[in-house]
Amino acid sequence: MSLRCEPWARTDKREDKENLFSPEIRAEIDQWVAKYPDEWKQSAVMAALRIVQDDNGGYLTEELMDRVADYLDMPRIAVYEVATFYSMYELSEVGQHKICVCTNVSCMICGSENIVEHLEKRLGIKLGETTEDGKFTLKEVECLGACGGAPMFQIGKQYYENLTPELVDSILDSLEQDNGE
Amino acid sequence: MSDQQTITIEVDGKKLEATPGQMLIEVTDAAGITVPRFCYHKKLSVAANCRMCLVEVENAPKPLPACATPVADGMKAWTCSPLARQAQKGTMEFLLINHPLDCPICDQGGECELQDVAMGFGGGLSRFVEGKRAVKSEDIGPLIATDMTRCIHCTRCVRFGDEIAGVREMGATGRGEHMKIGVYVEHAVASELSGNIIDLCPVGALTSKPFRYQARAWELTTHDSIAAHDGVGSNIHVHVRNHQVMRVVPKDNEAVNETWLSDRDRFSYQALYSEDRLEKPLMRKNGGLAPVEWQEALLEAATVLKGADADRLGALASPSATLEELHLLRRLLAGLGSNNMDTRLGQGDFRSADPAVPWLGQKFAEVENNQAVLLIGSWLRKDQPLLNHRVRKAALAGGKVMAINPLDYDFNFTLDSKVVCAPSAMAQALAGVAAALGADTCGLPAEAVSQQKAMAANLKNAEQGLVLLGSVAQSHPDFCLLRRLAANIAEAAGVSLGFVGDGANSTGAAMLAARAETGLSVEGMLEQGLDACLLLNVEPEYDSAHPQAMNALLGKAKVVALVTHLSPWLEAQADIVLPIAAFLETAGSLVNIQGDIQSFNGTARPVGEARPAWKVLRVLGNLADIEGFDYESVTDVLDEVMKVLTDVHPDNQMPQADAPEARLADSDLQRIGGTPLYHTDMLVRRAQALQHTPDAWKACLLVNPELAQALGLEDGDSVVLRQDSGELTLPLGVDERVPGNCVWMPTGVPGSELLGKGFGAVSLEKA
Amino acid sequence: MANEVCLRTLHLDRPWLLSSYESEGGYEALRKILTEKISQETIIETVKTSGLRGRGGAGFPTGLKWSFINRSAPGEKYIVCNSDEGEPGTFKDRDILRYNPHALIEGMIIAGYAIGGTAGYNYIRGEFWEPYERFEAALQEARDAGLLGENILGSGFSFDIHAHLGGGAYVCGEETALLESIEGKKGQPRFKPPFPAMFGLYGRPTIINNTESLASIPDIIRQGGEWFRDLGVENSGGSKLFSISGNINNPGVFEIPMGTPFSELLEMAGGMKDGYKLKAVIPGGSSAPVIPGEQMMELTMDYDSIAKAGSMLGSGAVIIIDDRQCMVKLLDRISYFYYEESCGQCTPCREGTGWMHRVIHRIENGQGRPEDMDLLDDVTQRIMGRTICALGDAAAMPVAAFIKHYREEFQYHIDHKKCMVGGR
Ligand SMILES: Cc1cc2nc3c(=O)[nH]c(=O)nc-3n(C[C@H](O)[C@H](O)[C@H](O)COP(=O)(O)O)c2cc1C
Ligand code: SF4
Ligand code: FES
Repeated sequence: MSLRCEPWARTDKREDKENLFSPEIRAEIDQWVAKYPDEWKQSAVMAALRIVQDDNGGYLTEELMDRVADYLDMPRIAVYEVATFYSMYELSEVGQHKICVCTNVSCMICGSENIVEHLEKRLGIKLGETTEDGKFTLKEVECLGACGGAPMFQIGKQYYENLTPELVDSILDSLEQDNGE
Repeated sequence: MSDQQTITIEVDGKKLEATPGQMLIEVTDAAGITVPRFCYHKKLSVAANCRMCLVEVENAPKPLPACATPVADGMKAWTCSPLARQAQKGTMEFLLINHPLDCPICDQGGECELQDVAMGFGGGLSRFVEGKRAVKSEDIGPLIATDMTRCIHCTRCVRFGDEIAGVREMGATGRGEHMKIGVYVEHAVASELSGNIIDLCPVGALTSKPFRYQARAWELTTHDSIAAHDGVGSNIHVHVRNHQVMRVVPKDNEAVNETWLSDRDRFSYQALYSEDRLEKPLMRKNGGLAPVEWQEALLEAATVLKGADADRLGALASPSATLEELHLLRRLLAGLGSNNMDTRLGQGDFRSADPAVPWLGQKFAEVENNQAVLLIGSWLRKDQPLLNHRVRKAALAGGKVMAINPLDYDFNFTLDSKVVCAPSAMAQALAGVAAALGADTCGLPAEAVSQQKAMAANLKNAEQGLVLLGSVAQSHPDFCLLRRLAANIAEAAGVSLGFVGDGANSTGAAMLAARAETGLSVEGMLEQGLDACLLLNVEPEYDSAHPQAMNALLGKAKVVALVTHLSPWLEAQADIVLPIAAFLETAGSLVNIQGDIQSFNGTARPVGEARPAWKVLRVLGNLADIEGFDYESVTDVLDEVMKVLTDVHPDNQMPQADAPEARLADSDLQRIGGTPLYHTDMLVRRAQALQHTPDAWKACLLVNPELAQALGLEDGDSVVLRQDSGELTLPLGVDERVPGNCVWMPTGVPGSELLGKGFGAVSLEKA
Repeated sequence: MANEVCLRTLHLDRPWLLSSYESEGGYEALRKILTEKISQETIIETVKTSGLRGRGGAGFPTGLKWSFINRSAPGEKYIVCNSDEGEPGTFKDRDILRYNPHALIEGMIIAGYAIGGTAGYNYIRGEFWEPYERFEAALQEARDAGLLGENILGSGFSFDIHAHLGGGAYVCGEETALLESIEGKKGQPRFKPPFPAMFGLYGRPTIINNTESLASIPDIIRQGGEWFRDLGVENSGGSKLFSISGNINNPGVFEIPMGTPFSELLEMAGGMKDGYKLKAVIPGGSSAPVIPGEQMMELTMDYDSIAKAGSMLGSGAVIIIDDRQCMVKLLDRISYFYYEESCGQCTPCREGTGWMHRVIHRIENGQGRPEDMDLLDDVTQRIMGRTICALGDAAAMPVAAFIKHYREEFQYHIDHKKCMVGGR
C-alpha cells in the first residue's frame, strides 16, 4: 500500500450531531461540506474551524476542535493537526481585534518596522501579546499578498495598506470607538 | 500491479529482477543491498520524508529516494556512489543537529537505527553550534515511554495508527521545526496493538515503559518463542538477562503475526515476576498452606491422586497448556484409571458434541481475502488482535464484515451491518439469517428482517467468506444452538465456519482429545462431582464459565494444583500447590487456530523452585508407578505426541445431531459476560502495565442510559448485582454499547467469582 | 501595449461584474467551444501554440501539462486553481480575483472541458477574504447565467467550481500540499511521482494551474494561440502580470508583454522614490536569486533573460531593493520566512531552514563567525534538490545568491559586528 488517498478513518462515528453546534453554525458548515464529494466531508475541516473560531471570539479550544472532529467524523488528532498547522487558527485567547502586521521583505523595505514600533508603543504591548483590556492582539505575519500597498496589516477580514503612523492611529481610533457589537 | 511481468534493473553494477510498480528499495532489500532508511517500512505507506535513502539514479539530475522511486526497465542506480553518499551524509547531519546526544542514557542505545546509521554516515564533529531543540514529552499510557526530543519525525508511528491499528491517536501537530509527534491532548493510547510503535520507532523516542532502564541492549540474549495468550501463536523474540525475561518483541512470520505483536503478548511477561508468583511447593497443614520441600509435596500429591476413586478423579487444564503437558496429564490420569479431563473451562454449553477439532476454518492469510465475514459473539479486535488485523484487511479491501453480538463492541474498521441484542435473542437473530438462506432454523420461528436478509445475501454472494464464532459465543449457555445455526448458515451460504477458541492451544487440546478415550467433560464433572481434582495452570474462579458451580465442585474435592501463581482462592481451597514454570520458562509446543504446531524452548530460568510442568507430571507418573513415564526430555514427549496425532487434523465437521433448545430465557435483566482481553489467563491478570491501560476492566457494572434512567440510577451510583446465590457491589457505569435490559459484568475479573454463569438472569438495585 | 489579457477589463467601472466582462468579449470563447463543439485536442493545441507557461512560478508549459492527463479515463477529473499567492512580493492573483474573476472562471471551465474534467476547485489563501467574496459572487452570477453548473448553455457539458479557503500556510501554494489541504489535511507536499495528472485531488487525475495561467486561457482561445504568443518573445509567450514593490513611486501590478525591458517596467512603476537608488532586484518572488541593480537594468522581463542572469522569473514578483537596505538584514528576514513556513515533514528542509536562519541571524546580530559563510554555502548545497517539494530550494537559493553577490556585506558584519549600510 504505497499510495493512499483516503479520508482519515474513524470507526466510532458520532450519531447525534445536532447538539454539537447551533443550527446556524451547522448550516454554515454544511454549505462547505456540500462542496466536496460525499465521502470527503473532512475537506470542510478548515472552513469549520474558521467558522467556530469566529463564533468563539477568534480562537479555538480543545472542546471546539473535538466537536468539529465529531461533526465531520474525523479522528480528533487529525483536527488538531490542521488547527496547529495553519497560522490563521488561534489556540489561545486573542483580543477583540487581531492586528496582523506583515513584516516580510517588501513591507520591511517600506518601513514595517516603524509601523510595528508605533503599534507597540501605542498599545503598550509587544508582538504576540494582547492588550490588558482584551481589545487588541498584535501578531506578526508573513507576506499577505499586498506588497504593492506596503507597509500593510490586516484586521479581521480587512486589509489596510500604505500605512503611516498617522493612518494607524486613525484606524485604531475608530476601532476603539466601536465597542464590539 | 496485476501483470506479473518482470523487468531488469541494475543496482551497484548488479542486475536485479523486479516487478513494475515496485519501489527501488523493495528490490534492493530483496537483494540484500543496504540502503539506509528511517521512514520507510515495508508494512506502511511510503512517506519519503526522512530523505535518508537518497541514491543516484542514471539520468536523474538529483539523488532520488529509493523508497519512493518506482523501478523502470533498464534503470541504473548506485546506492553508494559519491553523489549518493554525499546526499546520505547530508541528511544524517541534519538529523543529528537537533537530536540529543544522550545515547548513554537512552534505552534505544545499542539497537538504535539512528545510531547505527550515524556510525556509517555521520560526520565527526557537529558544525551546529546553536542550542538543540527540546520537546516536552507526553504521557501516553503505561506501555510506552516517550522522549520526544529524540524524535526524528519519520512518522512511522503516526502511519501505524492510521493504517494498521485503525485508530489514529498519534499525530504530527505544528509545522516546520516545531512539528511535534504525539497525541496533542494527553491521554493513554487505547489500542491493543500500540506496542508495535516501540519497534517501529527507529530512535529512542518511543520505548517500552515496563522495560525502561532495566537493561542495555547488548546485555540481552535473544531467544525465540511463541506467545501463549491467544490462538494466533505469534512468534516472538524473548530478550533475557541473567536468566530473567526483560522484554518480548515480535519475530517476523508472514504466515502468522507478520511483523506485529499484540500488547497482551508483548507485555504479559511482567507477570512472571509479580508478587504472588509461587516459588515453593505448598501443602495444607493445620488449615493453612505451608511451604514444603518438593519431595514431600510430590509424594503427597501422588498419594491423593492414587487414593481417589478413579471415577471421581478428574483434571482441569488450561487451554494454553502445551501439547506435552496435556499429553502427560492425560496419560497420568489414564494410568490412574480416569479419562475425566477437560480444557474447555470457558465453554458454556456441552449439550451436543463438539466438532472433531475446532479451528479457524481458514489460514490467517486467507482471512484477508474474505468478501464477507460474520462474527458471532465476538469482540475479535480485543480477543485475537492479530486475527482481527487480518479481518480488518479484508474489510479495507471491500469485504463486508458483519456482527451479531450481545454488546456493541467497537472495531477498528467499519462494520457493514450488525445486530446488537440481548444474549437471549442471539439465537433468534441467527435463525433469521439462516431462514433468509433457506437453511434449517433449528425449530426457531424465523422470519428474516431486511437486515438479516442483507447479511445472508452478503455471505451468499461472497466467493470466499467466513462465519466465525467468538469466545463470547463459546461461553454462551446456548453455544451448541448458536453453533448449529452458524454451521447451517455457513453451509447454506457456501462459506467457511470457524472457531477462535480460548487460550493458545485450544486446537491442540482438541487434537489430543480426539485420540483419547472420552471421560467426563467440565460440565459432567460439575454435575457428578469429584473426590480429587488436578488443576494445570488453571484459576478456576476466573477461568470457568460457571464460577459458583466450580467453587462448589472443588470445595468438596481434594485439589492438587500445578500453577505459576498463588491466588486467594488457592489459599482457601487447594490442598497441594506445586509451583510450575511459566510459559517463557519452559519448553513445549502449541497449536494455533490455523493448525500450525509450533515448538519452543525455555528462555529464562523458572522463578524460585518452580519446575516445568512436564517434569512435575513425569515425576507424578513415576510416583504413581505408571508405565512408560521415563521421558528424558520434552522432545521425547513431543515425539510421542506426534505419533498420537498422526492423521489428526483440524476439522470443524459436527456430528449431525439435533440442536438443543434454547435455555437462556428472556428475563427482566440479563447479564452479559465474556472475558475482557486483559483477564484471559493467570499471567495476563497479573501483568501490571496492561492492568493500567484503558482496556483494563474498569470495575463497574455497565448498563445503557435508558435502563439507568428507568431504574433511577446514575453513573457512579453504588449498586448491588445479584445472580443465583451470589451478589456483588460495584459502581454503575452508563454505556451506550450495552443493549436494553442487560448489564455487562464480565467473567474473569475480580468479583466475578462470586457470581454464576456469564449469562443469565440477574437483578440490580441501588446499594 | 499593456493590460491586454488578464487585466483587460480593468478600465471599466466595476470590472468584476459579469456584464462588464461580457462587454469585452467575456465568455465568447466558452460559447464558441460549446456551440462549435471544438475538440479537446484543438483546445490543448491552441494553448500549446500560445507558449503560455505556468504563471505560478515554475513556468511549466500549460498546454503540455494538460496533455498529460488521460482524458478518456472514467470517473472524476479535477481542475484546481492555485490562488494561494504566498510567495513574498507577489500580489497579482489578488487583483485577478478582485477585478476579473470571470476570466478565471471561464478559464477554469475551458480547462475542465479540455481535460474531460468534472469539477473545479479554486484554492484561495485564507487571508484573501474580500477577493474570496468577489469570486463567490462571480460564481453565482455565472451559475445564474447558465454558464456554470449542470448542462452549461444547454451543451450537455456540466462543470461546477467551488472556492476553498486556505488557513495561512505558504507551503499550500505548492501544488500537492494544496491538494492535501483541500482534502482536509495539513498542507504537506506529496512526493512525486506520481504527478497530479495521474494521482491528484482525492486520488483522481488533476490539473493544477495558477490563477493567472487559467485567467489567460479565454483570450488565448478567443484570439488564438499565435496572437497570444506574439505578444511576447521567443520561449515566453504572451503578456504577464508583474507585481512590483519596494521604495518606488508607483508600486502595483502591471500587465506587460513578456520581453519588456526591466527599465521600462521600473519607469511604469514610477521609478525610485526620491533619495533612493536602485541597489538590487529580486525578480521573481523572494525565493528567486537576487540580481544586482546595474545588471538588472540590462535585462528584459522574460524567462530566458532572467534565467541567463542566474535567477528566475518565478511568479513575476519584482522586489526593488534600494541602497539604504542592508542585505544581511533582508536575508535574515527572508530566511526566517522559509524557516517559519517549512511544513516540517522532510529532514533537510525542516532542519536546514532553521539552521540557515540561525546562522544568518547571528551574523546580522554581530555574532557571526569566520567560518559561517562557508557553512551557509554548504548547508544550501545539502538542502537543494534533496527535499520532497521545492520549498527547500526556495529557501536555499536566496541564501546562495545573497552571499554570492554581497559577500563583502556579510564579511563586514562578521568582522565589524555591525552593518556596512547606514552605519548601524
Ligand atoms: C513552496 C512553494 C510555494 C508555491 N506557491 C505558489 C503560489 O502561491 N501560487 C502559485 O500559483 N504557485 C505556487 N507554487 C507553484 C505551484 O507548485 C505550481 O507549480 C503551480 O501552481 C502550477 O501552476 P502553473 O503551471 O500555472 O504555474 C509554489 C511552489 C512551491 C514549491
Ligand atoms: S516518535 Fe519515533 S516513530 Fe514516531 S515519528 Fe518520531 S522517530 Fe518516528
Ligand atoms: S526511507 Fe526513503 S525517504 Fe525515508
